[in-house]
Amino acid sequence: MAMATAHPTAAPARWQDFLQLLKPRVMSLVIFTALTGLVCAPAKVNPILGAVAILCIAVGAGASGALNMWFDADIDAKMRRTRARPVPAGKVQGADALAMGIVLSLFSVMLMGMALNWLAAALLAFTILFYAVVYTMWLKRWTAQNIVIGGLAGALPPVIGWAAASGDAPLNAWLMCAIIFMWTPPHFWALSLYTSEDYAKAGVPMMPVVKGAASTRRQILIYSLLLVPLAVAPAFTGLGGLAYLAVSGIGGAVFLLLALRLARSRAGDAADPRNDDGLYDVLAGARDARNLFAFSILYLTLLFATLLGEHLAGFAPLELF
Amino acid sequence: MSDPNQEGEDFAKARRGRNIALALALVLFVVLVFVVTVVRLGGDVVSRPL
Repeated sequence: MAMATAHPTAAPARWQDFLQLLKPRVMSLVIFTALTGLVCAPAKVNPILGAVAILCIAVGAGASGALNMWFDADIDAKMRRTRARPVPAGKVQGADALAMGIVLSLFSVMLMGMALNWLAAALLAFTILFYAVVYTMWLKRWTAQNIVIGGLAGALPPVIGWAAASGDAPLNAWLMCAIIFMWTPPHFWALSLYTSEDYAKAGVPMMPVVKGAASTRRQILIYSLLLVPLAVAPAFTGLGGLAYLAVSGIGGAVFLLLALRLARSRAGDAADPRNDDGLYDVLAGARDARNLFAFSILYLTLLFATLLGEHLAGFAPLELF
Repeated sequence: MSDPNQEGEDFAKARRGRNIALALALVLFVVLVFVVTVVRLGGDVVSRPL
């Protein structure tokens, strides 16, 4: 059962342990993409209210992280990557993580509604519920498509940022969402190709565990082929400028090259003995998977940083049509 | 065996840290609500029609 297990408290819970429940690294990515959405929206928002909006989105993301850690304590305890998290490590009680997640969710949504607008608040509430309930409690343990559908939660922050600034969510906001949505499967499946043993041990039906490495590599290539043109599209919809066109074009070409190399490799096939020291150590044959995983982070960061930079610098979007 | 006095001290220290963090978070929330209220009301709230 997925309920929080009562661990003996190994050490007194420090405030830093509660901070870890908020998944600060995930939070920083959410802040970055939400800020990009907020800045790209064609509406001037008061800087203080803009900062409050970003804070609400960050806290909401943290709250869903705490709810995830409460529910997934049993899975987390079995995986190397997650077993040091506060709940499985016995530093924080599951009930405390649950309470923190619920309280912060309510506060972030209410403050967003009162300070900015209720469309942004509703989108934030939907994102938290989608991640905590649909992804964590349902999809993650049930289907190999878990991170494909669940990826919507990670893709929504730019739309929330845009809605917070302008009060609506037009096509360009959803285009940013679609880029992150399409980016998620190649990113996570590349990682899971060399951590699939961990997922198998925990009983999580990740794609390489369920369908095998060859099928995963093929699907990574298919999603990459969909992602790259989609990521170039903002240059033609009035969202991105010349710099964005260059970055998305060159970055996309490299992404496709790495995805193609991965598709031709035997990454994830070999059951080579692994070094147990590092968090992301790589199977001998899985170097191509690691390369795509690492580049996918750089690629998404560059896409959003370029959009952010262009809009902050006031560059005019391309007018090709 | 661990020293129970030392353990009690560690718990007290951790609890103090948690309490301070919680107090700061609450103060921040109050300040946020105040600032948001001022910004949303704008400067000419006094001269609004009653």
